[in-house]
Amino acid sequence: MMRKRTPAVGLGLAWLFALGAAVVAFAQPRSGIVRPTTEPAVPSAGLGAELYAGNCASCHGIAGAGIRSPRPGAGDILGAGPPLRGVGALAPDFYLRMGFMPLGNIHDQPGPEQERVLFSDTEVRSIVAYVASLGSGPAIPQPRPSTGSLAEGQQSFALRCAGCHQIVGRGGFVTGAEVPPLQNVSATKIAEAVRIGPYLMPRFSTTQISNSELNSIVRYVRSTNHPDNHGGWSIGNLGPIPEGLVAWWIAGPLLIISCRMVGRRRRR
Amino acid sequence: MSDPIRDPVRFVDERTSAAPLMRKALRYLFPDHWSFLLGEVALYAFMVLIATGIYLALFYDPSTAKTVYHGAYTPLDGETMSAAYKSVLDISLTYKAGLLIRQTHHWAADIFMVSIVLHLMRVFFTGAFRKPRELTWVIGLTLLFVGLLEGFAGYSLVDDLLSGMGLAIGYGVGLSLPVIGGPMTLAIFGAPFPGNTHFFSRLYIAHVFLLPILLAVLIGAHLALIAARHHTQFREGPRTTERRIVGVPMFPAQLPRSLALLFFVAGVLFLLGGLVQINPIWQWGPFEPWLGTNGAQPDWYLGWLIGALRLMPSFDVTIGHWTLIPNPFWGGALFPLVVVGVLGAFPWLERRFTGDRSVHNLADRPRDAPNRTAFGVAFLTWVFLIFVFGAADRIFVLFGLSYNTQLAIFRIGIWVIPLALFFLTRRLCRDRVAAERIDAEQKQAEREAEEHARSLTAAPAGRAP
Amino acid sequence: MKAWQWLVALLAALLGRLRRGARDTDAAASDSESAERPRIVPAGSPERKAENVVLMLLAIATVFALGFVVTYAEFAPSALPNELLGICLGMCCLFIGVALTVMSKRLVVTEELEDDYPQANPEQQQEIAEIVHESGSRITRKRLLLGTGAATGGALGLAALTPALSVGPIWDTRPLDQTPWRRGTRLVDVHGRAISAADIEQQTFYTAFPEGADPELIGSSLVVIRLDPAKLRLPAERLGWAPDGIVAYSKICTHAGCAVALYRKPLFAVVEANNALVCPCHYSTFDPFTGGTVIYGPAGRPLPQLPLMVDALGGLRAAGNFSARVGPSWWAVRNKPT
Repeated sequence: MMRKRTPAVGLGLAWLFALGAAVVAFAQPRSGIVRPTTEPAVPSAGLGAELYAGNCASCHGIAGAGIRSPRPGAGDILGAGPPLRGVGALAPDFYLRMGFMPLGNIHDQPGPEQERVLFSDTEVRSIVAYVASLGSGPAIPQPRPSTGSLAEGQQSFALRCAGCHQIVGRGGFVTGAEVPPLQNVSATKIAEAVRIGPYLMPRFSTTQISNSELNSIVRYVRSTNHPDNHGGWSIGNLGPIPEGLVAWWIAGPLLIISCRMVGRRRRR
Repeated sequence: MSDPIRDPVRFVDERTSAAPLMRKALRYLFPDHWSFLLGEVALYAFMVLIATGIYLALFYDPSTAKTVYHGAYTPLDGETMSAAYKSVLDISLTYKAGLLIRQTHHWAADIFMVSIVLHLMRVFFTGAFRKPRELTWVIGLTLLFVGLLEGFAGYSLVDDLLSGMGLAIGYGVGLSLPVIGGPMTLAIFGAPFPGNTHFFSRLYIAHVFLLPILLAVLIGAHLALIAARHHTQFREGPRTTERRIVGVPMFPAQLPRSLALLFFVAGVLFLLGGLVQINPIWQWGPFEPWLGTNGAQPDWYLGWLIGALRLMPSFDVTIGHWTLIPNPFWGGALFPLVVVGVLGAFPWLERRFTGDRSVHNLADRPRDAPNRTAFGVAFLTWVFLIFVFGAADRIFVLFGLSYNTQLAIFRIGIWVIPLALFFLTRRLCRDRVAAERIDAEQKQAEREAEEHARSLTAAPAGRAP
Repeated sequence: MKAWQWLVALLAALLGRLRRGARDTDAAASDSESAERPRIVPAGSPERKAENVVLMLLAIATVFALGFVVTYAEFAPSALPNELLGICLGMCCLFIGVALTVMSKRLVVTEELEDDYPQANPEQQQEIAEIVHESGSRITRKRLLLGTGAATGGALGLAALTPALSVGPIWDTRPLDQTPWRRGTRLVDVHGRAISAADIEQQTFYTAFPEGADPELIGSSLVVIRLDPAKLRLPAERLGWAPDGIVAYSKICTHAGCAVALYRKPLFAVVEANNALVCPCHYSTFDPFTGGTVIYGPAGRPLPQLPLMVDALGGLRAAGNFSARVGPSWWAVRNKPT
């Protein structure tokens, strides 16, 4: 029923929440989460709106309007965030469940170094419901990797993803940002990232990567959790850097020990 | 009476008169210090390379013709790839023991280069490159660089994603050579990258024939020169001098030791080949010129070149719209040429600086030559820091130190740190030598005092009849 | 396995005992000889314990070697454990190595000998020079002969090297300038399907190839992106190269020839880094808004841009050739349109 509310009412409500929350927020520690005093046990867009006002609005604006020029907001956070109207359930679900949001600093990369989820499942669902209600947008994708083809996934990943994420999904570096490794990321989260294009990552729509191809990509990425390491100890599936370290720091000492054993200095 | 040793020896000697030579070889003397064995490790790694390489050559197909893969590895099923890459996939995943041999081959290459570098450091810091061994030194350096090329050719032949990227960089560096770059690289590749159909068979012949023969000949010459001049030796006791060598004979004492080392090297290599995965090419997938993977790196012995390529600021030398010297020349060609030039000329450079033209059979301890040791430490540190920067992207991913910050630190550090280490090392060497001299003088004085005291106490007794 | 080892060790020990007996008689027989001549290698005391250890070690090595054969034969190719093979072969070698080490330390006579370092031979040096000089006494015009000989040798060398010219187009660097792109060439994707302008979306990148040409050619592959036309800052002479903000650049880095496989785009441009094409080899970074200029990394010149046009059916086509030579730079490459 909350979802059916008109934008104008939502705006008004959010404004009220924001006002109220801002007062509470100033008393909160930096990057602490602002919660209503009595939190309902079932997720609701109403709770989402409260949480949004207290924790998101300082950057993303009133009712997801976005803030383009930084200004100090709740908890001294320098606010400037993209508008959230029309992002649907997709984006908030991804960012909150990955722990990318809320950010401590707007110039931080939302990424693996802040891997923490600050909201409970009920809270996340509430915020997702609230943000989705701000405008019509994409739903949370439901990939079925088991229907995908590993080979198609490998080819698509090599063409579009490996440049940044490394061919076995070990992450890497692009000038300006860190690229997260893809192990221990759920199928839904992988699919969401492909459709959102978080931070500096390109966004791939259904015209470029169909849902069935996405299933294949997800299947391939999930397979990198346990790549086929026929050859023994995988040393990280990273290629020559760990190999060089093994050559110098494991084989090297072993061979020096061999030399010393065989050719021990004569004692007189 | 028949003798199982003497009879064959007689047979050979009566037909070759080689008995004096054999007799001499049996009693050839090896000075007794473990650090003299590092070069042998390289030799044995080379033997493992030859043995495993022959096995791999039975299955490898040097062809870039496209085939569609339907093999043991399902994630690549149905992919279009070169016959070369497919054949290495089959070696790794289909033929029994193929993966063990391939991995051992790759580890042997990495460790061949490790032991050459360790051996080079031993020879450098003990001054063993001095007259009469300059030629041995220069041949050894040539071996290092031919080995580097051989390794590059080897992992390029696989035609997986990493090796293709490496070849692209090789092509770029080749093109960047002033004047000859374009024609020379075109001639080698037969066409612009990725080259025409002849290129892979040329690369293959280079890897399995031309370069190994060159390596074998150079190793032979290196060993012959060592045999002609003997090893250097450390000063140990009064019997070791510039003119007399003290050591154990090839037979019987040295032979079992050398054989033991051969088996240790082979054992370590096979264990690595079995237990530690190296270059899992099935995971990288096939190469196409439009594909790339993050964190692409060469094998460690080329890491210093990727570091130099990444460290260079952005500029080509140009006149108007004409490029004279493209950027990869600095890091990919000039830098290694400077390194090999300085090292190769070092025996003569040092002679120029010290004015020492005499023959040296006694090895220095590093502290005995503070300037050389300090220079060596600084020079190696310079190369090493550039090498480390080659992994800056991984350092960023692992430790969070931003690439930009690293770039700034390294661009200054590669000059400042070696300079600081030069003076520090020289100071330490000199202090150490001075402390030893004081120690020796003190002991000498004590000994004299003791003798004096003894003569004083002995004298009355001697005088008394 | 254990029982096996003991059995082999026992067998080896027995064999060793037999051999030793044989050697003892040998030694007795040669005693009469050695009475006349002094020994070369000094005699050492026997160490039966060490011998036993060596035999044991060799026996274990044998077991490992046989283990390798058994492992190889026992498993199907797909189930053959690489680790077990490596352990068998590696441990076999290591045990042989240890056996030889024990031998060298405990069983082999270790002499410490002295020898002269070889010296140079001034007399022979002199004689060599004399022989060569004196041998030429009948020749009067030595310089002329030497010079002519050198010239002949040089010519023969040149002739011998000439066939090598066939390996490639020596001194003809035109292949480096050629690309398969012409005005009107259709852009296709990796599966060969034509790309229409409407398919190209913002915030992402596409890899494209010339229709009907070999995609592997260094001048073939493109990275295609759509940018906000209002933000484009292309050089003046490239007016009209980017229909609706769609730009195409060569996918081959101008630094060392790797694929420019990374595209970054800001989700929220206010606080995030701007759009860029990045090469993963040495992190050369190019600005797609300004015509592929270098904004970071070692590349020395911009990424070549391909002019685009949209045909009547909405398909993307090349409107000409690249803005500069494709691929890594070389001596005297001209950075101007072909």
